[in-house]
Amino acid sequence: MHLHRRNRNRVTRLLLGVPLAAVAACSGSGPQSALEPGGPIARDIDNLWDLVFWMATGVAIFVSALLVWVIWRYRARPGDDREPRQVHGSSFIEVGGVVFSVVLLAIISVPTVRGLLDVRQIPTGPDVIQIQVTGHQWWWEFEYVDEVAGDGRTLITANELHIPEDRTVNLTMTSADVIHSFWVPTVNGKRDVVPGRTTNLTLIADDPTPPGQPIPGQCAEFCGLAHADMRIKLHVHTAADYETWVDSQLAPSPTPVEDTVEAAGWETFNAVCTTCHQVTLEDADGEIVTYGPERHIAADGFEFRSSFGPNLTHLYSRGTFGSGTFTLDRDHLSQWIDNPQALKPMNPDANDLATGRVLGMPDLGLTVDEIAEVVSLLETWR
Amino acid sequence: MTTTAEPQVIRSPGPRGIWGWITTVDHKRIGLLYGVSAGVFFFIGGLEALLVRTQLFGPNLEVLSADAYNQLFTMHGLTMVFLVVMPIAAAFTNYFLPILIGARDVAFPRLNAFSYWLFLFSGLLIYSSFVMGGSPDGAWVGYAPLSTQLTEVVRMDYWTIGLQLLGVASIAASANFIATVFTMRAPGMTMLRMPVFAWMSLVVAFLLIFSLPSVAIGLFQLFLDRNFGGLFYAAAAGGDPLLWQHLFWIFGHPEVYVLILPAMGIVSEVLPTFARKPLFGYPFVVFSGAAIGFIGFGVWSHHMFTSGMGPLAEAGFGVATMIIAVPTGVKIFNWIGTIWGGKITFNTPMLFSVAFIAMFVIGGLSGVTHAVVPSDTQQHDTYYVVAHFHYVLFGGAIFGYVSGVYYWFPKWTGRVLNETLGKIHFWLALIGFNLTFGPMHILGLNGMPRRTYRYPEGLGWANWNSVATIGAYLILVAFLVFVWNIVRTHFLAKGERVGNDPWDGRTLEWTIPSPPPVHNFDEVPVVHALDDFWHQKYAEDEEGRAVRMPALAGGAVTVDKATGGGDEGEHLDIHMPSPSYYPVLSSLGLVILGAGLIYLPWGFIAVGVGTAVTMWGLFGWSLEPITKEH
Repeated sequence: MHLHRRNRNRVTRLLLGVPLAAVAACSGSGPQSALEPGGPIARDIDNLWDLVFWMATGVAIFVSALLVWVIWRYRARPGDDREPRQVHGSSFIEVGGVVFSVVLLAIISVPTVRGLLDVRQIPTGPDVIQIQVTGHQWWWEFEYVDEVAGDGRTLITANELHIPEDRTVNLTMTSADVIHSFWVPTVNGKRDVVPGRTTNLTLIADDPTPPGQPIPGQCAEFCGLAHADMRIKLHVHTAADYETWVDSQLAPSPTPVEDTVEAAGWETFNAVCTTCHQVTLEDADGEIVTYGPERHIAADGFEFRSSFGPNLTHLYSRGTFGSGTFTLDRDHLSQWIDNPQALKPMNPDANDLATGRVLGMPDLGLTVDEIAEVVSLLETWR
Repeated sequence: MTTTAEPQVIRSPGPRGIWGWITTVDHKRIGLLYGVSAGVFFFIGGLEALLVRTQLFGPNLEVLSADAYNQLFTMHGLTMVFLVVMPIAAAFTNYFLPILIGARDVAFPRLNAFSYWLFLFSGLLIYSSFVMGGSPDGAWVGYAPLSTQLTEVVRMDYWTIGLQLLGVASIAASANFIATVFTMRAPGMTMLRMPVFAWMSLVVAFLLIFSLPSVAIGLFQLFLDRNFGGLFYAAAAGGDPLLWQHLFWIFGHPEVYVLILPAMGIVSEVLPTFARKPLFGYPFVVFSGAAIGFIGFGVWSHHMFTSGMGPLAEAGFGVATMIIAVPTGVKIFNWIGTIWGGKITFNTPMLFSVAFIAMFVIGGLSGVTHAVVPSDTQQHDTYYVVAHFHYVLFGGAIFGYVSGVYYWFPKWTGRVLNETLGKIHFWLALIGFNLTFGPMHILGLNGMPRRTYRYPEGLGWANWNSVATIGAYLILVAFLVFVWNIVRTHFLAKGERVGNDPWDGRTLEWTIPSPPPVHNFDEVPVVHALDDFWHQKYAEDEEGRAVRMPALAGGAVTVDKATGGGDEGEHLDIHMPSPSYYPVLSSLGLVILGAGLIYLPWGFIAVGVGTAVTMWGLFGWSLEPITKEH
């Protein structure tokens, strides 16, 4: 109902709660704002927020104005030596105050409970896109369980989520390590991602996002060193574009031709990187092979992917890496492979693959040439 | 036994100087120790906040590493909650609870000393982690399994052990305060004649007694998980990470009221004094405080609205959270009713108390928005929440306690703090506070999560973060002015000297000298009314206006000797407990024991030493004669 309000109005209305009008011009809402809903669920929440905000603001203004008036009206004046009347209380005012607050709270409690029951419904049906989410320190793993290739592989990606516009998407989430929280404010509130359990979150987005400008979100539950760098990018497509994207993601990437830079990169990659990362390649004979470990964890009867690192089959279809933190280009990626911790704070010294504990990518000690070859290889995986 | 008019205080003279402070069992000295320690921790915690704010001044700054940032924000929260606001409340309660109810000390003076020293040593233990490889870094709430992860690093053991020991100190203090209120009130001081501050101290003591066991169990389990493979919170082994959140918040939410209720008590003393009117609706204020205490145990899950509880549980906790706004609102109406029709003197304690109301209203109302569960799923764990609880705990609690410092400083020292410096302090603090925390509402709603060491450009957060950082430095300046005021007034002795009753006060502390003698009251007062001292000074005319009774002007105390109890000799022969070093020894032993537990298995040696020291202290304590010379 308030879909296209101007930023200026939002700031003004926020400022009624805080005395900062002088610097109002500094601020817009921004792409990660809960006040700029881009889907029906976030919009319902925002409408509820509007109701509560205005009521709270009304009460705050009333009480503050009363307070200011009282301290002005009843200030001690020089020369007035009369003592005040010793009033001890008034049951009428006490009861009135209680009734007044109860009525206000009743007004907000009804839509609260109704909205709550709506928000918490888990969508079902054939039209619902089912995505399983695994939270990791410090990245997101997504498995589109209903998008299956001819050889039985499901669609797996990381950190950048793609959904079609106006479709209901049900995320079923668990964590591989500590508690995280999935949050893309413009489409819904946040939901914790808890090890050993599943939680659900529904996403519905109104409009496709322009290419290269996904909706930002990020982990909202403190999860250790790189909590700030555990971000999410949400791409919204038209129905047709979404189908195209699904098909391209399900296809394998090519195995490099022999005696090329990429082939040299593959030697390094297959010797080092596949310890943690999976990649699915199709060789010249048309044979499809998946390299790297496949791990799962179970929670509430669901099987979740629980990889050591993101699946890299279509790395270069993403705009970012390091969990949505860095622009994906040759420079950044080379720096990353050379010394991951220089870009993102992690603790790979504590990694213990035998127990499944991974706290970030280690410095693999590759030479500059090896890194250049590996990056050239990765650039072919689009 | 003496029969002169001057009462004879019977207690061993006790050592002077530092050793005198270490062995003191005087509730006033212990109160001052609590206050000064909390003040020092306040500046340390504030420095941590300034470092955090400096890092967040702009996008992607590199003032702090992520590791340093996580340690600093964890220690900031830990410090401000457990080492600042709780001990400040304990300072006021220690100093004034006995005096306000007409007692000469708390019920268990040595236990009181034990509580203080255990608090101080635990705080030092936690802070020693900075030089022992890093401080706790899993946030003050220490959510499992993040807090049980990386067991080879001891940082979070400092937190589990430190909090556990602080909990012991708080339980001992609470038991002491409850016993004091129930057994030490002066004749005629019925429960409903107790000042609101004494009432709030009582409610807080009960809150702690009932809530601390929950987190104590949780902390034990965390400690076992970290050091002995306890698996209580390990999901893969069938443990439950959410169990910790429940155990923590069953303590953690009442804890919020532990922090704010004593400040509300102070405001309820300050407003009547400077409006020259009794507290409006005294019984309603008292009972709403108790109601907040009760309901406070039924709302903990509103800290967990995104954790995956069922919708019915969430609806219940949401509505309960709204209900708690009702008694809170009652207090605010009554405070305004108190100054309505009064004759308001605007000095610094009054300014801070009025600002308390205004800031607390904002913090309370933003709290109600958290009760709206769907809306909370957006606000939870964002800067909006950070803004909310700072409006409650800084604009609320801290402003209330600062008001208390200005109000009672003349009672402690005999000198009143400088008004000009006080007003500079007030305005800088109020403006700095709102600049810092006001914008955080906007940042949170615009999607900025808390506990993030950096944020990117392009999300529209940079400007408000810069404003918040500037505001934080303004708060520093404000509190440096405050420190200067205290130094100048007391230590440089430049403050104006005042008598027993500088504010024309209403309650018993203003009947005794400033600073009070060691035994507080020469003769135990007999109380006839709420605000007894005021009624000794003022009658009411037919219009209900206060009229000064000239005969009793000047703060003379009337004591009803006929009902004072016993013969005259008992009035004049005052037994005070003797100084003792056993409380210090016992608490030191406990902290040595705790430090040992952090560094197992070698630490078992320290555990043994600590246990022996504690036992030595407790034996000595129990065998110590009550008064060494008589």
